[in-house]
Amino acid sequence: MSLLKINGLTHQFGGLTAVSDFSTEFHGNELMGLIGPNGAGKTTVFNIISGFYKPTEGKIMFKGHSISGMKPHSVTSLGVARTFQNIRLWHDMSLLDNILISQHYNLGYNLFDLFVRNRRYMDNEKRMKSIAIKLLEQLDLVQFIDEQPKNLPYGIQRKIEIARALSVKPSLLLLDEPAAGLNSSDVQELIKLIRWIHKEFDIAIWMIEHQMAVVMSLCSWIQVIDFGKTIAQGTPEEIQNNPAVIKAYLGDDKI
Amino acid sequence: MKKFSVPALFIFIAVGTVVAAHFEMIDLYVQTIIMFIGVNIILSSSFNIINGYMGEFACGHAGFMAVGAYVTSILNVMFFTSNKTFGDPILSPELALWFFPVTMIIGGIAAAITGVLVAIPSFKTRDDYLAIITLAANFIIVSLFINMDTLGGPRGFMGMKQVLFAMEDVVFIPWMLIWTFTFTYLVVFLIRRFVSSTYGKGIIAIHQDEIAAEIMSVNTDKMKLVAFMFSSGLAGIAGGLFAHILGYINPNSFNILKSTECLVMVYLGGMGSLSGSIIAAILFTLLIEMLRFIIPAADTLLHFIPLIPDTFHLSQVLKWVIIPFILVILMQFRPEGIMGNRELSDFFPKLKKYYEFK
Repeated sequence: MSLLKINGLTHQFGGLTAVSDFSTEFHGNELMGLIGPNGAGKTTVFNIISGFYKPTEGKIMFKGHSISGMKPHSVTSLGVARTFQNIRLWHDMSLLDNILISQHYNLGYNLFDLFVRNRRYMDNEKRMKSIAIKLLEQLDLVQFIDEQPKNLPYGIQRKIEIARALSVKPSLLLLDEPAAGLNSSDVQELIKLIRWIHKEFDIAIWMIEHQMAVVMSLCSWIQVIDFGKTIAQGTPEEIQNNPAVIKAYLGDDKI
Repeated sequence: MKKFSVPALFIFIAVGTVVAAHFEMIDLYVQTIIMFIGVNIILSSSFNIINGYMGEFACGHAGFMAVGAYVTSILNVMFFTSNKTFGDPILSPELALWFFPVTMIIGGIAAAITGVLVAIPSFKTRDDYLAIITLAANFIIVSLFINMDTLGGPRGFMGMKQVLFAMEDVVFIPWMLIWTFTFTYLVVFLIRRFVSSTYGKGIIAIHQDEIAAEIMSVNTDKMKLVAFMFSSGLAGIAGGLFAHILGYINPNSFNILKSTECLVMVYLGGMGSLSGSIIAAILFTLLIEMLRFIIPAADTLLHFIPLIPDTFHLSQVLKWVIIPFILVILMQFRPEGIMGNRELSDFFPKLKKYYEFK
């Protein structure tokens, strides 16, 4: 059984077809890339998988469940985590709270336990806190535990967003332009981080990225879309030499 | 020890007040003000769940208060007193004492169920549109009670004083004062537990970024339902207390003006600050009561100076000019309120030694 299988995915906004007949498959823990010019429909694909849009047509199977049309929080509970192009952290809460709230899929207690503060509540709060601290230690973020993300540098905020996504114990991590807005040294750090996460957490990663350096050095398989249609897919070398891709990015020399 | 400092202080104040009231060291007027402070603390801290912690702009809190007030009043009057609508008491009046908290909680549950009326539209609607819906809900509830002739319609409903007398016949102590203290403490206690848990922090996540909350596995629809029901349920308890303190309720005392009072208290205290809500409720209640004396005094003074003509008099209605004006000043100079998203311990770090506020 494959981890994620998308078949014939089509999404229309009114008359505009944002994604048409998109298919892909994750067998195990691949690190794949999704690239394409601006407005090609890359983020729409991610939004459909994570449940913000219900696809017009097509099937999305994740670990054998059909997830098309599911609510975002239930998709996340199944093990699909994602980050956003523009960082969406809870900026006025401490880093620890940011990680803790992401444990909502597995609270282990209900409202009654909360009000009486019984053993179940205490144990679960303790468990979630230790999970959060362990994760922050792994990612070397533990020194910022009481800081609010808004007071931290942009590069760290990116890393926190990835940490928060990892805290739901995903089997598939969707990264939407993780290198956007980072300087070149931060980008090198990010490449190392993503490679390390891929190995350490043993998860599949699917990323949208505009910086070719990142995509080409990380991904083993790349899919290129333009105007919602898949125009090429293959290994980084194949993509770099594909005439259709070059045309989509740089245009035709015949004007 | 740290854990018990604030509860101990509270118990000290509560027992002190009750004893003082019992031996008639404080008069009924002061007692009523203390009870209204309690009711207002419940109202502002429960309203803070929606407007502060969750960051929605609801403005129909008084509607839920009305539901609680009517439900508890009807239950108590029906079961424990003889009334011309409901006839003789169903249970013995002595039992009123034991069943009073139960009826309060039933009133709260009824108000919580009414809260669904607002919670379900809130799944898809936000901001201004949700504000309109809450306003509409307030009007619906008030009009419903105005048109129920069996409950007195616009003339209001009374008989709750008999319930109080029934309690006092068993043991003669200031029961309403005791119940107000108990429920105020209970409500603040529950809200504090709720917002300091990971579960409850889900609503703060919705406030700060709803999309991020949804994607990070917070079931936003469920959290909104819980928040609205919790908040309106507590407002129902406040309504029940209010009805029994006054001994008389009238649908128009739960109209938009009352909701505005709740709004003023929440924004005065600071959104998302529990200690702010409590401080604001105390200040606001005292201010309203002080204006009752300040306005006539100012009137006499201005006539004495003679600054205003003899035919013109400052009336109590001026209160409703001063209070909204405070809101205007507040929004101009301190839009985050007195406390603004922080607790007492953030201002006075030394207090941390005595109590954990968060």
